Amino acid sequence: MTLHTHIQSLTRSAIAARIACDIEEGWCVNLGIGIPTLVANVLPQDREIVLHSENGILGMGPAPAQDSIDPWLVNAGKEFVTLLDGGAFISQSDSFVVVRGGHLDLCVLGAFEVAANGDIANWTTSLASSAPAVGGAMDLAAGARRIWVAMEHLTRKGTSRLTRDCSMPITAAGVVSRIYTSHALLEPCGDHFQVIESLSGLSCEALQAITDAPLVFGEAWRGATYGDK
Amino acid sequence: MIDKFHTSAADALGHVEDGSTVLIGGFGAVGQPLALIDGLIENGARDLTIVANNAGVGREGLARLLELRRVRKVICSFPRSSDPVVFEELYNAGLLELEIVPQGTLAERMRAAGAGIPAFFTPTAVGTALAGGKETRTIDGREHVLEYALKADIALVEAWQADRWGNLTYRRSGRNFNPVMATAAERTIVQTQHMVGLGALDPEAIVTPGVFVDAVIHVPYGDPPTF
Repeated sequence: MTLHTHIQSLTRSAIAARIACDIEEGWCVNLGIGIPTLVANVLPQDREIVLHSENGILGMGPAPAQDSIDPWLVNAGKEFVTLLDGGAFISQSDSFVVVRGGHLDLCVLGAFEVAANGDIANWTTSLASSAPAVGGAMDLAAGARRIWVAMEHLTRKGTSRLTRDCSMPITAAGVVSRIYTSHALLEPCGDHFQVIESLSGLSCEALQAITDAPLVFGEAWRGATYGDK
Repeated sequence: MIDKFHTSAADALGHVEDGSTVLIGGFGAVGQPLALIDGLIENGARDLTIVANNAGVGREGLARLLELRRVRKVICSFPRSSDPVVFEELYNAGLLELEIVPQGTLAERMRAAGAGIPAFFTPTAVGTALAGGKETRTIDGREHVLEYALKADIALVEAWQADRWGNLTYRRSGRNFNPVMATAAERTIVQTQHMVGLGALDPEAIVTPGVFVDAVIHVPYGDPPTF
């Protein structure tokens, strides 16, 4: 588990910036709490992207300056936000019409664990702990057309967040199509993860050593290019 | 003449039966009908089931209702908030029932109740702990969970503008659960920041038509807190 320590893994904001590169013009996108929230700050200036917030906002803009906070305008994380020209306020019902009805091109979620079969665990570490809180996580995970996950490759204890099977209660089964970690961009493929990009200076063996599921470096592998964009 | 305006929360609420199910609008500090929650506290009804997105912040509003032990059960999507002290105390002591519902399913269960649909199938929560024990059906090759409509006795709603017919507009993210809750209860009670004359609201801009509203009180408290 020390193999990764001497190479420069991506910071949380660098993971967010890498994801932002892959979001396309015109997409309607929901950004979850954690690293995904940081994506809003680094969206490409030359693309129009419609951000959705579960509490009923389409066309959400960045955080306001401290002296221009609108107390009536918060996002799903209860942070103050702004509305872009073209934005709209919708009810909670319509907000989840957007989510479940296939109108979200992408949802970027944080996660505790993602399994090789695409299962995601991101709502509670244990059902035995104090009252679990789900919010919109299960609706988003089941409803968006694409689910990408943004997370550190390893837990604070140094164990892999990429697993054969989720050990924590899942949020949705088989929905994740891409994972952007601190060390690689990968896709769940059933019984293994396909590596798309790996960190510069990180060998295939070293990435496998910190990943608790088989990795395949196949035709889709672009090489040790992760973080170059 | 239709005039749904009342002069006090007590008058608007009328008699609230013990054991009632009460929907409470709001998301975070925005769009909460605090004056009506205070009215419900004064009213004294007990053994309530409360449906809201969160389970109360600090010791005011819903948190105070919980602290006074008027609530038997909370149905919500996200019981934790910035300061859920009262909820945590009661829940951890086993003094409060909790039903966790995914946020979109919570909204749709109330929409269904308001629309006269008794139940529906949804892909949300399939294969998770929150679908445990629920009926499922495969439709178009995908598994779905059966969820039942969530009908209530009373809805407490906060609006931005209201006229005497009970037509409502909302303010920005203060809309949240308020419009769907307004449709899902036997009696919908509204507090509004602004009273306007009949005909003053643009019919194209009315979000909740008065047919869903039973009583309105005028509570011009200004802006929600920005802490």
